[in-house]
Amino acid sequence: MNAQGTVFRYHDNVDTDVIIPARYLNTIDSAELAAHCMEDIDATFVKRVKQGDLIVAGKNFGCGSSREHAPIAIKAVGISCVIAQSFARIFYRNAINIGLPIMECPEAYDGIAAGDKVAADFDTGKITNLANGKTFQAAPFPPFMKELIAKGGLVNYVKARLKK
Amino acid sequence: MPMTMSQKILARAAGLKSVEAGQLIEAKLDLVLGNDITAPVAIREFEKTGAAGVFDKSRVALVPDHFTPNKDIKAAEQCKVMRIFARDKGIENYFEVGEVGVEHALLPERGLVGPGDVIVGADSHTCTYGALGAFSTGVGSTDMAAGMALGTAWFKVPAAFQFVLTGKLPKWVSGKDVILHLIGLTGVDGVLYRSMEYAGPGLANLTMDDRLCMANMAIEAGAKNGIFPVDDQTRAFLKEAGRAKYTEFAADKDAIYERVYNIDLSKLRSTVAFPHLPSNARLAAESGDITVDQVVIGSCTNGRLSDFRVAARIMNGRKVAKGLRCLIIPATQKIYLQALKEGLLTQFVEAGAVVSAPTCGPCLGGHMGILAKGERAVATTNRNFVGRMGHPESEVYLASPEVAAATAITGRITDPNEVV
Repeated sequence: MNAQGTVFRYHDNVDTDVIIPARYLNTIDSAELAAHCMEDIDATFVKRVKQGDLIVAGKNFGCGSSREHAPIAIKAVGISCVIAQSFARIFYRNAINIGLPIMECPEAYDGIAAGDKVAADFDTGKITNLANGKTFQAAPFPPFMKELIAKGGLVNYVKARLKK
Repeated sequence: MPMTMSQKILARAAGLKSVEAGQLIEAKLDLVLGNDITAPVAIREFEKTGAAGVFDKSRVALVPDHFTPNKDIKAAEQCKVMRIFARDKGIENYFEVGEVGVEHALLPERGLVGPGDVIVGADSHTCTYGALGAFSTGVGSTDMAAGMALGTAWFKVPAAFQFVLTGKLPKWVSGKDVILHLIGLTGVDGVLYRSMEYAGPGLANLTMDDRLCMANMAIEAGAKNGIFPVDDQTRAFLKEAGRAKYTEFAADKDAIYERVYNIDLSKLRSTVAFPHLPSNARLAAESGDITVDQVVIGSCTNGRLSDFRVAARIMNGRKVAKGLRCLIIPATQKIYLQALKEGLLTQFVEAGAVVSAPTCGPCLGGHMGILAKGERAVATTNRNFVGRMGHPESEVYLASPEVAAATAITGRITDPNEVV
């Protein structure tokens, strides 16, 4: 699987309160959540983002609240992959559980600017900045998580377990 | 291989003799928790798994505390989803308004969490129960759904940092000041993926409310969990809560800690975390002249009885500063009632504060005290991110109930020693 698109670049510690503010958490509708994605740090994000675009961020992306509404909103708004220097652990679990592709790559943050066109290969972990040809290697997923991703997320994993 | 306290608890829950940091395990869960924001998503995912019922009706807790009493129609619908699910699945620990409280104050009070338990909750502050010697961590809604269906969860066994506490806190300094100081040292991702394990003779000088407050904010250092050894204070708390059966674990003496912090409690002072990160710690006395529009005393961090006792001691006989809004939010009905009986609520109202029903409310910018553009709050809550309590251009300063009460009197960030 691959992702290719334009990069939206954010700083360290992007928290789930800014990814989707709590004032919108009175719904679980993906489209409604997507309509307010990132609005408190980037008011025009939702207007500018196109299907397949990527987010590149610094350290500790997704810190704070456990709200799964955050990766749901990012996925529903059309983001194909989030590349960060590191992820907060609950966000990391949530992204894998719901099938939002994420890649951990400290170097990519420094080598990619906002607006760059970037391609990411989920199988090899290779990230290419199409603006200048630079490539970066993301950390591989542990085998258990690869299996979880291959099964299509945690719900399918549970389904299979319950059938046993 | 020697193990930390968290590792020992996880090893037992995984049915393994020992575990080591980095190992992926599947552990049995003693309790699975969700609230009115996260449970509706979990219920949707749970239905997709095809599970007929939850793994154990007595080991699931559904706590509608965030937007309750229902703040609007949509929130009311979310709560209804929970209520119907709880009824249909026979969930024993569903708490309606009238008995509900802020989840991380309510569950310990009810004896639903205890030493040696492995607990996941679809709320990041689930780490609170580490104060009672449990391994307890926040997860998302899909993990909650899987936990309800299977009664298990997968974990990467965490490494740990150790925090060795000595000495005794000075007057008007409490658990909140300790944890804000620690997060100031580690940064908001300093303990990422690891356990914060507490040790040392200073622990005996920390109350259970101090410990609950400190474990609560482990997530703000990025940690997977925060955990305290079990002692006589813990046992007394559990007895009061009616929790009879539990298993105590202690870290091996030669357990490996990636880093050790030595903290002399007597050196700590009232501390405030400035916007917009919980790690922006400064001393209250050195905060400068920062005027405040709203003070909030409550939440899963500092909405317990001792928090209101100390706030009342500072506010009693004084008045809330003209033009400042002071909100008092007891975290549970039991705390509310006791505060009422002790006359604390009378003191707050006479001082010019307003007392709310138990709710998470303003902490997450939900309802009951939202900030307008440019407004500032001092809150005993746990997060001060951009827009956390309202408008994206509002500000939240995190502080102890002592600082919050002193600030309510003066109208600017104040060290309690200045007013009492």
